[in-house]
Amino acid sequence: MPGLEDLYREIILDHYRTPRNRGELAPPAVMAEGHNPLCGDEITIYAQVENGVLVDVKVSGQGCSISQSSASMMSQAVKGKSLTEIQALIHRFKVMMSIEEDSDDAPAVEVKMGDLEALQGVVKFPVRIKCAILSWNTLLQALENASA
Amino acid sequence: MNTTRVDWAAVKADFPVLQRMIDGQRLVYLDSANTSQKPNAVIDAMTDFMRNGYAPINRSAYRMAGEATDLFEGARSKVQRFINARSVNEVIFTKNATESLNLIAQTWGRANLSKGDVVVLTHMEHHANIVPWHMLVAEREIELRWIPLTEDGQLDLSNLSSLLDGAKVLSFTAMSNVLGTITPVTQLCEAAHAAGAIAIVDACQYVPHNVTDVQAWGADFATFSSHKMVGPSGVGVLWGREELLEAMPPFLGGGNMIGDVRLDGFTTAELPSKFEAGTPPIVEVIGLGAAVDYLSTIGMANIRQHEMQLTEYALSTLTARYGDDIVIHGPRNVEVRGSVLSFAFRGIHPHDISQILDEKNVCVRAGHHCAKPLMKLLGANATARASFYIYNDQTDADALADALDGASDIFGL
Repeated sequence: MPGLEDLYREIILDHYRTPRNRGELAPPAVMAEGHNPLCGDEITIYAQVENGVLVDVKVSGQGCSISQSSASMMSQAVKGKSLTEIQALIHRFKVMMSIEEDSDDAPAVEVKMGDLEALQGVVKFPVRIKCAILSWNTLLQALENASA
Repeated sequence: MNTTRVDWAAVKADFPVLQRMIDGQRLVYLDSANTSQKPNAVIDAMTDFMRNGYAPINRSAYRMAGEATDLFEGARSKVQRFINARSVNEVIFTKNATESLNLIAQTWGRANLSKGDVVVLTHMEHHANIVPWHMLVAEREIELRWIPLTEDGQLDLSNLSSLLDGAKVLSFTAMSNVLGTITPVTQLCEAAHAAGAIAIVDACQYVPHNVTDVQAWGADFATFSSHKMVGPSGVGVLWGREELLEAMPPFLGGGNMIGDVRLDGFTTAELPSKFEAGTPPIVEVIGLGAAVDYLSTIGMANIRQHEMQLTEYALSTLTARYGDDIVIHGPRNVEVRGSVLSFAFRGIHPHDISQILDEKNVCVRAGHHCAKPLMKLLGANATARASFYIYNDQTDADALADALDGASDIFGL
């Protein structure tokens, strides 16, 4: 069995205790709500998109250390990035979580995972993958709302 | 309650999965309110039937089919005696308690409820006793009313008569799967009838742990699942008063539930077949029969006694050790609570608690327990829940208390 230290890395706990980009954004920023129906976690992502760039992002909601730290790290990683870069990052993250295949037709955009690499260990705890992925799917939904 | 001495260590030894070691540590299974483990008696009854006598029921003339039918109907008789139903015709096998509640809402409900009719529920219901009624709100524009809770997690019955005024249904849990609260079932059934409503008892958490007497309750319907009472998953029970079941339209249509089928229509079979369309879970029903025998041999009064002592021990151990750092929801008095402990611990998310307890092979549930309205009332998105059953003992409660220390270590609290 993988050890808990693979899951609860210090950087994850740091983002859990001190989440980045917490808060809300007023319209015209868009928002999307994500629920994990199994555990009751809730997350809301606010996204301000201008000229194809995510100029600001905020996160609110409650959840476990994995879902909250993933949301915090994600918000840092995507803020100020172009939508193309963000799509590529979401894909990279889902590949890391083993829920998407790394394919040749994936967008050829360089992405840096940075702190997000710390979430690698989640893959060893399959029931927690949905915790890690919740904020990313919610961001996707927010970006769809922005382009709608 | 008449109780006798039980060798609880021998009971524990009847459950082979509890011998399993993971990473050199024994299994501490504290998730029985979710689903219970299975004793050899149940496993053997099911495998024996599949190895030596598997056959259809009710529809073939050969001897083995007759034997299978006898085993299946024998299980029905066991369930009838177990809950003191008046007749075997009142015991309907379904998929689980959820299906039983949906059956009531979809058949009795559709036949008897129309726009403006009132259904009364409580704030501590499982989604299975909420959503089927919400579905009727959408379809029939019925009105739902809710019995609130007291501070310590019991039903607040101070306004019961006005809530029931004009109601057609009172549907409530006999024991909360989150708070452990045992509700005053007989009193609620009387109040429902006095108001002209029928009384539906979600007994899914109650039946596995207590002496059940549906006639003494004075209820109209009761529902429960096999898998929470050491039986297999895949089968549940709907008990209903025969007059009501007779008057209700059928639920699912198909084989076994018909009297006659013509090109221009059909007639229904007699009870209980009327509500059992298609080939039932034959193996599972036989397993449920073995589970009823197993529990009856121990004695439900003994089981209740054992769990009251264990719950008292767990409550006082956790409180003595962690004081205000642990908040255990529900009534403190074990006379009105079952062996379910939902708790919050030092602000650590329940998901993280359950992950860390798993490191010590302590299995608890983390989540909203399919009771989101109640969670909202508790001001939590989720709780961790430890639940005890016949195969648990004080060492399991101690293991839970010890493992919680690990959660503090990781989160630096």
